[in-house]
Order: sequence, then C-alpha cells, then structure tokens
Amino acid sequence: MSTTATAKPAAGRSTRSPGGRGPRHRPLLGKNPIGLLLSAPYLVFVIVVFAYPLVFAVYMAFHDYFFAAPGAQVDRPFVGLANFQEVLSDPAVIRSFGNVGIFLLINVPLTVVLSLVLATALNKAVHGRTFLRVAYYVPYVTASVAVVGVWLFLFSGSGLVNQLLGPLAPDPSWLISPTWAMPTIALFVTWKQLGFYILLYLAALQSVSKELYEAASTDGAGALRSFFSVTIPGVRPATVLVLLLSTVTGANLFTEPYLLTGGGGPNGASTSPVLLMYQKGIEQGHPGTASAIGIVLVIGVLIIAFIQRKIAGGDES
Amino acid sequence: MSRGQNILRGVVLTVGAVAFLFPFYYMIIGSLQASPDSTPGGAFPNPANLTLENYTDINSRINLMRGLLNSGIFTGGVIVGTLVFGVLVGYALAQLQWRGRGVTFALVLLVQVVPFQLLMIPLYVMIARDYGLADNYLGMILPFAINSTAVIIFRQYFLQVPRDLFDAARIDGAGEVTVLTKIAIPLVRPAILTVVLLTFIGPWNEFLWPFLVTKEASMQPLAVALANYISNVAATAANPFGAVLAGACVLAAPAVLLFIVFQRHFVSTDIGSGVKG
Repeated sequence: MSTTATAKPAAGRSTRSPGGRGPRHRPLLGKNPIGLLLSAPYLVFVIVVFAYPLVFAVYMAFHDYFFAAPGAQVDRPFVGLANFQEVLSDPAVIRSFGNVGIFLLINVPLTVVLSLVLATALNKAVHGRTFLRVAYYVPYVTASVAVVGVWLFLFSGSGLVNQLLGPLAPDPSWLISPTWAMPTIALFVTWKQLGFYILLYLAALQSVSKELYEAASTDGAGALRSFFSVTIPGVRPATVLVLLLSTVTGANLFTEPYLLTGGGGPNGASTSPVLLMYQKGIEQGHPGTASAIGIVLVIGVLIIAFIQRKIAGGDES
Repeated sequence: MSRGQNILRGVVLTVGAVAFLFPFYYMIIGSLQASPDSTPGGAFPNPANLTLENYTDINSRINLMRGLLNSGIFTGGVIVGTLVFGVLVGYALAQLQWRGRGVTFALVLLVQVVPFQLLMIPLYVMIARDYGLADNYLGMILPFAINSTAVIIFRQYFLQVPRDLFDAARIDGAGEVTVLTKIAIPLVRPAILTVVLLTFIGPWNEFLWPFLVTKEASMQPLAVALANYISNVAATAANPFGAVLAGACVLAAPAVLLFIVFQRHFVSTDIGSGVKG
C-alpha cells in the first residue's frame, strides 16, 4: 500500500531523492523519501521502547536471568521452560490469575452495559449535555492514586459506605475481606474507566443511521425494542473495541491492588499477575520468573480477546 | 418520545453524574476536615470541623511543590516529544509516499496493543540498570516519549487535507522543509490541543513506571510521592485520611481543571478516531 502512486515523477525532486535511479525506475525509497527521515525518530523509539524489550522479555523468560553490575560479564544459562514450570506450579501465581479472572468477570460486562446505557441516554439528552459529559469523564482523567485515597476513606471499616449500610456492612470490611477485596477493586476500576468507554460509545452512536430508528419506529418498535434491534447491532464494532480495551486494562491491573489493598491483601486475595511480576522481578530479583508470568498473561489475554471477537462478531477493527 | 422515557433518562443520567462526582466532592470535604467524620453528616461541610491543616501536614511529609514540578517536567517532556515527532510521522504517513510507510502505520497500531506490563521488566533492566537513568527525568520520559494515539490523530487530520495543496506548493518551488513548516504544521494546529489533552493524562497519572525508576524522593512525581505516603507513612499522621485527601486534591486539580476548561477539545469523535485508527 505504500509506494503505489508514483505516476507523476516530479522533475525537481528526483535529484533530491538519494535512492532515485533515473526516471524509469521506481525510486528505492519511494516518491518522497523524506517521509522516512521524518518517521525515523518514531521508528527508533518503537525499536528501543517496544521491539527490543519485547525480544528481551522472551529471552529473559527462557534464561536464568539475574541482575549484575552494569558491564559485568556473567553467565546466564538457557533454562528452557524451567521458568514457566516454576510459575505455573506456584499457587500464588495461579491465585493471581484467578483473581484477575474474577476481576474481568465483574469489570468487563459491567463496563459494557453501563457505558452503553449512559452513552445512549446522554446522546438523546437535551439539557446539560456538556455538564454530564464532563462529569462522566472526570474520574477517567484523574490519577488513580488520587481517587484511591477517597475510596479508602469511603470503604474503610467505619467509612461512609458501611455507615449507610448499617447492619448490612460486610465484616471484615470491603478491602480487608477475602471475598470482597477483588469485587471492590473491580468496581473501582469500572467507575474510574467508564467515562472513556462512554466517549467511545458516543462516537459510535453518531454513526448509527437515523433512518434505521425511523424505520423501526414506523414498524411499531418502542424505545426498548429499537435499543436492542438497532442500537446494539449498530455499535457492535465499538463493543468489540470496549471488550478488548477493558480486558487489556484489567489484565494490567497493578496500582489499585497495590494501594487499595496494601499490596494484594488480604493473604493474596487481591494480588494481580502484574503485582507479582513487580514483586518477583524487581523486589526479589528474579526477572526471568517475572517475564514468564508476563508472557503467560499476554497469551491469556490474546485467547480471551480471540474468544470475545468470535462471540461479539467484530467485522471491522 | 414519551414523557415516561424522558423521566427515566433524566433519572439514569442524574444517578450517573452523582456516582461520578460524589467521590470528588467527598475528597474535597474530607481534605478540609480537622478530624475524619465518616458519618452521613460528615458529607456536609461543618464549620466547626473545617481546617487547612491537612494541606500543611501533607506538605511537610512530601514536598508538594517539588512533586508537582517533577510531574510537570515528566508530563511536559512527553508532550513535547509527542508533538514534535508525532506531527512529523503523522504528516509522513498521511501525505508522503515512501518505502516502509505501510509497515510504519502497522507498527503505530500494533504498539497500542503491546501491554506495557510485559515490557516493564526489560525496560527497567535497560533504563535503570544498563543506561543508568534511574532517578533521571530522561529515564522517566523515554518509554512514553511519543504517544502513538497522538500519531494516529495527526495522521487523521493530515488525511483530511487535499494532497493538491501540498503539491501546489511544491510546484511553486517550495522545498519539503518549507512545505512542512509553512503548510502542514499551521494546518494541524486545531489538533494540537486535543493531542496535548490526550497525552497529558498518561504521564500525569502514571504511577507504575516512575515508581519503578525513582527511588529518590526529590525526583518523584506527585503521584508516586503520594502513593508512597499512602502505603508507608499514612498511619503516623494525626489525620491520615485528611492528609491523603489533601494530597489527592492537589494531584487531581490540574488534570480536572484542564479538562473542564478545554472540554470541548476532548470530544468523542477525536478519541474515537484516535483509538479506532
């Protein structure tokens, strides 16, 4: 797709293109080789920050990698699948994957339903649209670290939530209860990210044809019926995207368990794989093990994303 | 549209707005309480229980100005990198024909789905250990230096410009640099504010990466300093919640104000096009 339209060779430019081999050949670097020069910083950035670390992560996962003084020559033997074996037989790791599974089961459906409902309501609202839109994305633009403070206050043992619930309050309280810690974190993340997904759905709703709604209404469909028969199929590409993004965000969970539940407590009930990667890779100095967790996590996300795509039937990206 | 539906919609929207805004209101109220009052009555300002002491308290534990400055440098560096290099690559992708353009655009899309957490350990080894950039602004900025979503937004803007405009300038004898600086960059100006807002959220709110590479308190962005305070020393303060919430207000205020002031530049269509490519 890159170098097809070279029909008009500009005479003034062929002298400047270093790869130009005369008018009858396609220039080696295309019609505007300066494009490569302009993109060079970005390409270098992608290689340094994404491509090389990605290869490095795979390398570490298959080697007994450990930290050494910079420049020191040390032997880091190839260990095959030993890191993966260690990771998959570690109950703490299994537990963290289970935790993230619980998280996703709560967070992803809640995100899709709430953001679609709120976006649909907001799309038809006449009064106060701007105010509501801002209100919805304020949590999204605020640092997790800042809002974590309020949630700690709200959900603490004698916090406002428990005061309002009275005798219904769980004991031990939300964030220190093995049962409720993970659902509370899932609720927090849903609340925090929802504004972004509402914006995505709002954009998608603009592209649903008005005629379809009119046709549905002519055929006697009520508001609820046209929501299910027109809106939901109409925003399907956005739904696929929301499913994918919320799954990836959920799999990357770190800040919330680190701060809300004091590092994955109680007793690992809210540990996430990324939190374990940090603890094992950096605190305990086993980057090989941490990278193996990372690779298992990414494979897991890819499988979930693939299944979601099959179910939601995404036809465009 | 029936009356009942209008009422239902109003109720849904109002409940949503309250759920989103109440924690922020509570954050401000809590940061002003002399002693934490978590009873339902505590959600209303009580003149007898109001104080600014929490702000001085948190400022004596973590240097708020220093934290804001570090957050500002980190965020500013990312925004400058994204604007400078993002415009260039966005223009090249949309308006120029060169070998490797298709591959480059595929990379821009691919980079968005690579989870940062998988790269976290190798990046930490490279940047903090091999390059010695721990406790260094450059080390903080590097992994975020060019926001790929911003590249896509710039590309979208440049795609809307007819190519003839650029060709006409070239026929008039303008060099590629002149075309870029005199035509392309002025045209893309409306996109710049959107990109700044979109890019701002990332580094300003980022916790994990600066947390890994900054151990010195004087180099930590405010999010990291506040998080360390929450997880380590909050228990020793006179009013731990008050101090945490005061710090949270200081951290949240710049982002929230920025988005309220410039809200019309942060609209769904831009974000949608940015994410969907």
